[in-house]
Amino acid sequence: MRFGVIVFPGSNCDRDCFNVVKDVLKRPVEYVWHQETKLDHLDCVILPGGFSYGDYLRCGAVARFSPVMAAVKNFAGRGGKVLGICNGFQILTEAGLLPGALIRNRALHFICRHVTIRAENVKTAFTRKMKKGQLLNIPIAHGEGNYTCDQATLNELKRYKQIAFTYYGENPNGSTAKIAGVFNKKRNVLGMMPHPERAAEGILGSENGLNIFKSLIS
Amino acid sequence: MEPKVWRELGLKDEEYTRIETILKREPSPTELAMFSVEWSEHCGYPRSRKWLKLFPQTGKYETLVGEDAGGFVYDGLAIIFKMESHNHPSQVEPKQGAATGVGGIIRDIFTSGARPIALFDSLRFGRLNTPLNKYIFNGVIDGIQFYGNCVGVPTVGGEIYFDDAYAGNCLVNVMCLGVAPREKIARAYAKGPGNPIIYAGSKTGRDGIGGCSILASTVFEAAEIEKRPTVQVGDPFTEKCLIEATLESLATGVVVGVKDMGAAGLTCSSSEMAAAGGVGIDLDLDKIPLREAGMEPWEIMMSESQERMLLCVEKGKEDKVLKIFHKWGLDAVIVGEVIKDKKMLIKSKGKVICDAPTEELAKAPIYDMKFTKSEIRSSKFEVKGKNPNEKLLNLLSDPNIASKKWVYEQYDHMVQTNTAVLPGGDAAVLRVRGKNWGIAATTDCNGRYCQQDPYIGAQIAVAEAARNLVVTGAEPAAVTDCLNFGNPEKPDRFFQFKSCVEGIVDACKFFELPVVSGNVSFYNESPQGPILPTPTIGMVGIIKDIERRCTAPFKDNGDLIVLLGGNKEAEMPELDLDVELRVQKTCLEAIRAGIVRSAHDLSEGGLAVALAECAILSGKGAVMNISSNPPLNAGDHYLLFAETQSRIIMTISPDKIFSLSDVAMLYEVPCAIIGKVGGRSLVIMKNKKRLVNLPVNRLQKVYFSALPGLLKGK
Repeated sequence: MRFGVIVFPGSNCDRDCFNVVKDVLKRPVEYVWHQETKLDHLDCVILPGGFSYGDYLRCGAVARFSPVMAAVKNFAGRGGKVLGICNGFQILTEAGLLPGALIRNRALHFICRHVTIRAENVKTAFTRKMKKGQLLNIPIAHGEGNYTCDQATLNELKRYKQIAFTYYGENPNGSTAKIAGVFNKKRNVLGMMPHPERAAEGILGSENGLNIFKSLIS
Repeated sequence: MEPKVWRELGLKDEEYTRIETILKREPSPTELAMFSVEWSEHCGYPRSRKWLKLFPQTGKYETLVGEDAGGFVYDGLAIIFKMESHNHPSQVEPKQGAATGVGGIIRDIFTSGARPIALFDSLRFGRLNTPLNKYIFNGVIDGIQFYGNCVGVPTVGGEIYFDDAYAGNCLVNVMCLGVAPREKIARAYAKGPGNPIIYAGSKTGRDGIGGCSILASTVFEAAEIEKRPTVQVGDPFTEKCLIEATLESLATGVVVGVKDMGAAGLTCSSSEMAAAGGVGIDLDLDKIPLREAGMEPWEIMMSESQERMLLCVEKGKEDKVLKIFHKWGLDAVIVGEVIKDKKMLIKSKGKVICDAPTEELAKAPIYDMKFTKSEIRSSKFEVKGKNPNEKLLNLLSDPNIASKKWVYEQYDHMVQTNTAVLPGGDAAVLRVRGKNWGIAATTDCNGRYCQQDPYIGAQIAVAEAARNLVVTGAEPAAVTDCLNFGNPEKPDRFFQFKSCVEGIVDACKFFELPVVSGNVSFYNESPQGPILPTPTIGMVGIIKDIERRCTAPFKDNGDLIVLLGGNKEAEMPELDLDVELRVQKTCLEAIRAGIVRSAHDLSEGGLAVALAECAILSGKGAVMNISSNPPLNAGDHYLLFAETQSRIIMTISPDKIFSLSDVAMLYEVPCAIIGKVGGRSLVIMKNKKRLVNLPVNRLQKVYFSALPGLLKGK
């Protein structure tokens, strides 16, 4: 399974994702510059966290126009796996690949801390190594992670089992229905605010994030 | 020329005369502006340089000293770090002042070829009892998170103190740390006549003109708001691209030297690169990318617009470098070339507007400053509260001691995935990918001690920084400093500076620690008076085996609590360097031997606060009997809260007590079992009398809610 990590100017978790795939999963991985238009040789594309193009406008609003995003849409349309983490999640919602939007945290400031999330749908390529309801300790680090959607979208998310993860216990950012991550309808695209790449080695305090990467390669 | 002209630029009359002597003519406006910034205290250190030469520069490891940032070499890796102040800009415009402080120090690190891997902020504010102080505090925190989070360098440590003395002049000291293979370290010089000089990064605008000479090198008067245009505006996105583009350029091997444009902008970077390489630079100002039309040459040379770099590149290879910067969406143009004559030859619209010798320009005069011993002020040691329980709760809710979680949770402290010990403890611990050793780093200074006794206070800052590292299992390796003082032209303020420098010099020599980089910030005064003397120490150490890193929280019920070091009944801060070193060696050796479960340094609030912190952070209680804590005759008040130096509390499993006492005996360090971990309360007894008895969840509530509570109130 070959991974690609997209590098937008301003991405800052690209190297972290790359390192997890290369050093922990020991799978082939490459950086994909935001001006690339070919992703055919890849099996999974990761949109990493960071501040693409500075995110001085709405988060991800500029990145969705990046040349690579047209390729990501085609790639996802053909069933390729797409994982958007933090800023990557924001970009996927802006690009229309995932429903809903991520707005400013309820407390109006950036939050970086370990949180507990619960796996809601474990019958997907991203979650099949987990048990339903499994709790994962994975950090968040965002200013705009408050997942928001209207009631109709929420009903649909539930009906099609598109909710991937919810915050367990405290809702750190005010997300609707405590949503921490969502799938597209085909469940080959996952966007999540928590950073699994920051919880993939014991020395960092948690290896729970590895469950997602290991599901992908199993 | 009218004296008014140079005086407004911050130059003294005798300095102007000296410029005329150097040039053998009247300077042009651009030349005058350039001399004024280069010779300002902020860039040229004319008032402090004589004293800074006293710092030791060698230690256990090879050191790298002398350019923008310094460092040491361990296991083939250069660990580069530096701390810098951005005090006045932050007082005038808190968010952008702090943000550009972060940006500036990051550039100092990556221009050395090292990838920045960690940030630390040592902050001082007035107490949070006025709207202005709250505004400044909130603005500074916002600026740090705005810049640091976006640029992708984790903010992993630091400290915050509140005192009335900082109300009119806050302190924002930022330390950045980076690593690079030893052989990849880049130099900040220009060499090789004919080699092109490349300007890269943001365009030059009118922001920050005279920031270092006008804003940083004078004391605050009442109408400080007028100085706002001298504060720069930060763009962390551009900086992030600049980091990647610069490191990529350096990896090509065609870059001769590189320097960022920080204080004094293009003037400082060009003349110092030329002086360092023993060459001159021919610069064409018409080629500088400008943000607005109609900028005067002197404005271009003085601008402190952020996120700009100057590179000297091998002739014929310039396209390689230009291409990399363009790929990252950054401006990059050839603006001049290296010349053999050691002078700055600057042209604008075909006319020569500066023709000045580089060495004189880059070398500010050195002044012998007058100093008079200020009276050493003793302050009565007092803690509010009717009984020890109340006193402890009051201390834990004091914002100087209470948890800073509200602040550090707003900083991304995990990006780059190296943070092996999260904020909230004694020091930050970072893993180094592919190595089994790690880096520990901290910042420290207690201005109150330095006010009472500058020499001892500065030594304590060094000792405590070292102790903060040692309790994580790290051996201290090198020091950077950020020396914040009042107006150096006032002899009592200069005495504080001189005594603090001497204190640091003596302590560092004793501990065999080199001072590899640093920064001086004078004129920290407002109409209310000077700040407390604040020589902030940044210290970096090595944890040989990162799997043996140690943290402060209690670990297991039944573990024994041990106090290393003895108590003293003293009103003034005291320090015995020899005792300090022996305590630290005991702790480090015990941690390295794997017999220590937790370790925590005793500092503000003494033994009771340190024990409370271990309990709060672990959620575990403990029962202590401190009757055996020497000396026996000390009063309860001192036993619990005295800030006696050179003390550490550790926990060990009961079967390790003999191994530990063997180490303590070897170093002749008092080592007493004072209690046991367990239960849900913190109980401190003295001869069967309960001095302290408080549930841990109550301690936690007070400790974590104090700071947010103060910010909510009006």
